[in-house]
Amino acid sequence: MIGRLAGGVAVLAVLAGGAFWMLTQPASLSDETLAALSAHDADAQAGEAVFWAAGCASCHSAPDLAPGAAPEARMVLTGGRSFPSDFGTFYAPNISPDPEHGIGDWTLPQFAHAVMQGVSPEGAHYYPAFPYTTYIHATPGDIADLWAFWQTLPADATPSRAHDVGFPFSFRRGLGLWKRFNLHDDYATPAFDDAELARGQYLVEALGHCAECHTPRDALGGLERGQWLAGAPNPAGEGRIPALPPEGWSAFDIAAYLETGFTPEFDTAGGEMADVIDNMSRIAAPDRAAIAAYLVALRSSPNP
Amino acid sequence: MFRYLSAAAIAAATLLPGLAQAQEATDPNVTARHAMMQLYAYNLGVLGGMAQARIEYDPELATEAATAIYHVSMAHADRMWPEGTEAGATEDSRALPAIWENRAEFDAAAEALTAAAESAMGTVGTDLASLQAGVGGIGQSCSGCHRTFRQPE
Repeated sequence: MIGRLAGGVAVLAVLAGGAFWMLTQPASLSDETLAALSAHDADAQAGEAVFWAAGCASCHSAPDLAPGAAPEARMVLTGGRSFPSDFGTFYAPNISPDPEHGIGDWTLPQFAHAVMQGVSPEGAHYYPAFPYTTYIHATPGDIADLWAFWQTLPADATPSRAHDVGFPFSFRRGLGLWKRFNLHDDYATPAFDDAELARGQYLVEALGHCAECHTPRDALGGLERGQWLAGAPNPAGEGRIPALPPEGWSAFDIAAYLETGFTPEFDTAGGEMADVIDNMSRIAAPDRAAIAAYLVALRSSPNP
Repeated sequence: MFRYLSAAAIAAATLLPGLAQAQEATDPNVTARHAMMQLYAYNLGVLGGMAQARIEYDPELATEAATAIYHVSMAHADRMWPEGTEAGATEDSRALPAIWENRAEFDAAAEALTAAAESAMGTVGTDLASLQAGVGGIGQSCSGCHRTFRQPE
């Protein structure tokens, strides 16, 4: 009897383990995406615009950079900045084109797989401190342009620092389960017919990853999409990250803020947002206007 | 009688807000630095407003505003940040402990504003492009300090 019971438990354990293994399997890029990546005539200059819009430098540039450092210095993606969270402290890795310590020996499909699905070339899940849940919406063309721009960046040989994350979160395979609940193919807000609003939605929801800070998170760190851009506690310390768009701001105010860092009252951006302004001041003016138009449209049609 | 009553009402109306303010008195250092920031913002409203084409470019007014920012920055404001006036320790402040942990860097950030304003003072009256560059320099110095030493809202 005991033997049969033990056998039953063992079978159940194997079945549960098998189910877990299948549910946590890293997803691949679709054939369609892979084809679009290779068909795209990549343009490094267009890739630079993607680089600033996607804010890569905010997390991956060196931690000891002086505030307001020159763009060239912010293009050295040494990694090393720390991101404390409820699950432990994450350290941004070196993603410069260094073949040993960075990602210099990657291929475009590997890069796209990492950025859009959060999966390493070795098939391991990345922690969602890396905002692939929003980059999943990026167009393959933008990713290919970005990779072309990457080839122009300087290599840096700083070794990446391991994350300081405790069990069970240190068990990366479990992230596959997390992705099932939090990696969505669709946008959080309804699509727009208007071209400018659609562009703004793309810049906010896909590249700009504004929601990573401005949307509250659930107990497991997933974004509460019903509270889209509704403001959230600051994970890095005291204070609260405001709802978007800020009350009383016009589209002009938002676009001017993203360009110059001045609020309509002529206060200036501080904290993490100052880095965001460093990025946003480098994208095209119509793109800033599109972001502003999308945010204002959100206010006129509030979240359910 | 009516006259006395209305006199009392006027006295109450004038005095009560004052009393209410006295009850929630903030540290005078905090009040002073907020007042100084408002003076910066008041003048930046002129410079930034022109740079962003919210108001018409006026070289004289621009020079005046940049000069005002320069002089406010020379007000020996370092006394306004004594120890024990950081966010949490005192009402209404967003000053981060980093100010006292790294005072030299904080002081350098203040000097950067003086330098930016001094340079802007001589250039913002030239033309709109020079004004925009000048405002950019001042703005860089504002955020250079705020990003490290001020708690986000």
